[in-house]
Amino acid sequence: MKKTVFLGALTVAGLAAGASAAATLDDVKARGKLNCGVTTGLVGFAAPDANGKWEGFDVGVCRAVAAAVLGDANAVEFVPTTGKTRFTALASGEVDMLARNTTWTLSRDVDLKFDFIGVNYYDGQGFLVPKEMGVSSAKDLDGATVCIQTGTTTELNLADFFRANNISYEPVPIETNAEGQQQYLAGACDTYTTDASGLAATRATFEDPSAHVVLPEIISKEPLGPLVRHGDNEWGDIVRWTLNALISAEELGITSTNIGELSAAPGDNPEINRILGTEGNLGEMLGLDADWAKRAIMAGGNYGELFAKNIGESTPIALSRGLNAQWKDGGLIYSPPFR
Amino acid sequence: MTTITDPHQGQFRLSMLLYDSRYRSMTIQIVALIGFLMLLGWLLSNTAQNLADLGKEPSFSFMLEPAGYDINQRLLEYDSQDTHLRASLMGLLNTLLVAVMGCITATVIGVIVGVLRLSPNWIVSRLSAVYVEGFRNVPVLLWIVFIMAVLIETLPQPRAFRSGDATMSLWESVAVTNRGIYIPEPLFSRSLGDIHLFGASSLRFDVSLDLLALLAVLIAGILTSVLIKRRADVVQEATGVRPRTWHWRLGVIVLPILLVLGILGFYLGYPALKGFNFQGGTHLRNSLIALWLALSLYTGAFIAEIVRAGILAVSKGQTEAASALGLRPNRTMSLVILPQALRVIIPPLISNYLNLTKNSSLAIAVGYMDITGTLGGITMNQTGRELETVLLLMLVYLTISLTISAVMNWYNESVKLKER
Repeated sequence: MKKTVFLGALTVAGLAAGASAAATLDDVKARGKLNCGVTTGLVGFAAPDANGKWEGFDVGVCRAVAAAVLGDANAVEFVPTTGKTRFTALASGEVDMLARNTTWTLSRDVDLKFDFIGVNYYDGQGFLVPKEMGVSSAKDLDGATVCIQTGTTTELNLADFFRANNISYEPVPIETNAEGQQQYLAGACDTYTTDASGLAATRATFEDPSAHVVLPEIISKEPLGPLVRHGDNEWGDIVRWTLNALISAEELGITSTNIGELSAAPGDNPEINRILGTEGNLGEMLGLDADWAKRAIMAGGNYGELFAKNIGESTPIALSRGLNAQWKDGGLIYSPPFR
Repeated sequence: MTTITDPHQGQFRLSMLLYDSRYRSMTIQIVALIGFLMLLGWLLSNTAQNLADLGKEPSFSFMLEPAGYDINQRLLEYDSQDTHLRASLMGLLNTLLVAVMGCITATVIGVIVGVLRLSPNWIVSRLSAVYVEGFRNVPVLLWIVFIMAVLIETLPQPRAFRSGDATMSLWESVAVTNRGIYIPEPLFSRSLGDIHLFGASSLRFDVSLDLLALLAVLIAGILTSVLIKRRADVVQEATGVRPRTWHWRLGVIVLPILLVLGILGFYLGYPALKGFNFQGGTHLRNSLIALWLALSLYTGAFIAEIVRAGILAVSKGQTEAASALGLRPNRTMSLVILPQALRVIIPPLISNYLNLTKNSSLAIAVGYMDITGTLGGITMNQTGRELETVLLLMLVYLTISLTISAVMNWYNESVKLKER
């Protein structure tokens, strides 16, 4: 018998563990777009306008980072996330950063393995009630039905507040702000609770905002800020100092209107010069070019401009600066020096 | 005459693994198995590696930490200081509650509509067809959200009851509001109390002795009723005359229960508007009603088709034979057709029960706190343990589904054609 040749060949696909801990900065540059996690829609903070363009205070931070890193404030892919999906989206790498009024807490920072890179809005949890209900304090809410976004710190604060005051309530968990608004307006819950800024933003979209009041009690500290994944400190530094650049710009009087002349003709304030890259090599230290902060500020203006344009007193949301004023004006907004 | 020659007993060569049909299938299976195991191993090691890189080694200890959140619908006692494990247990019970309620209602709806769809009455059969096609061709999520929206937007707020814009129905005992339906609750003035199981652990469980007493009396009543029926059968066999027993059979079930209720001091607790909401009574929340109705109506449409198919599978000769014996149509249906149709109906019915149970995980769309909402929702979000919670969740649904399958398969064995 003729000798046959064994022709079968077993090919095993090369299976390499895909554990790539590549730097986020390189990924973003290679992609040419920044993936930024935002809310599913909270007017003033992050919501698409009539043309589908994302607008808002948190969106401004995303755009500033995109401008600093990629040179284009519009090179952002906005990924809407709910209170429940946001952390998974960030941890899994679906988004590069989260700018989604997220409260900085120890367990999120330490146990969930994220890095909060600063605070862009000092907030607290409040209650929105219809005026005709005649409630003047959150402590009068014994037995009330409370609409609450699930998967948030507000859910835990609410349980703590009612337990501490020894009063009862009925939580109605909802997934998004829009659902909460619908249930609240239909009277399926007596009060809607979330961060006071969110309540103001939600109330601004009502047909008759004056028929609803935010109760005076602020039951928690909610420092809201952008966050990134734990472990990539270079990327965290870039996002942190972009936010700080916006804050310092307001403090030092750099605005989107005068930034052109300030960088063209360097003045005698060395810190302004260092921020704008006309002096020193701060950009280089971050792994960016010298104009990074200039582009970030030009993207939407400095911190104060972003605040005024999106949620300030001249907007329907009408939030006053309060705690979010610059430290020189008695607020908490404070950036470490650019040096 | 043919002779069978022995195949050539040559030496075994490696190439025979591929070219010899005696070994080929074995070779392919082994290669496939190795490939599958390698893929599995790669997935596992990749997951472990990536989790380790993130600094999140799998651990289930978070289940014993305080949950910190409240749950509105809880079948056992629970507060925000209980553990995540207990919160998950509340969610599990809510899942089981809506699944059991849904399966029962879907079966009732399905059987009725399935039979009506075969009705000779044109309007009745068409209406059933409209129901079946309408419900099974629209995703169940939309039905859930739709029913919830209708409940919220159309029913009166509790406040309307104070101003007189809305009134309670059924002799002031039931309040239908846009936060749910409040019905009277059974209470006992001379209650026997509860048995506390599992001490103070996360799985502690109170069993009401009143309920146990009622159940015991009910079961005893049913058993006595069966005995009476057996005796009636014996009499009928012997004399051909069936004694009238229905009043006896009803009596032995109802009277002892009434007696026990009297001894325990049974009364109804009526809901009353106090403060923001109705207090007292049993609160059937909107979310439960919307989920239950939507799941029942949706699955009921599928069951109706299964029932119809089962009935059509019974040969027409059976109907004709039954009417030849003088049975009226409804007796024919219940005594001849349905028992035989059950053999065809049960197996696909099982998979619909499983579907209903798994579909109940859409509960979060209306804020119903089932196991996906508690363990797979808030707990996962507050602890950041995605892998562990999802694994637990899968395990829970797998266990529920396999249990339903086992019970239904056992029932199927008991009704299927006995071949002797």
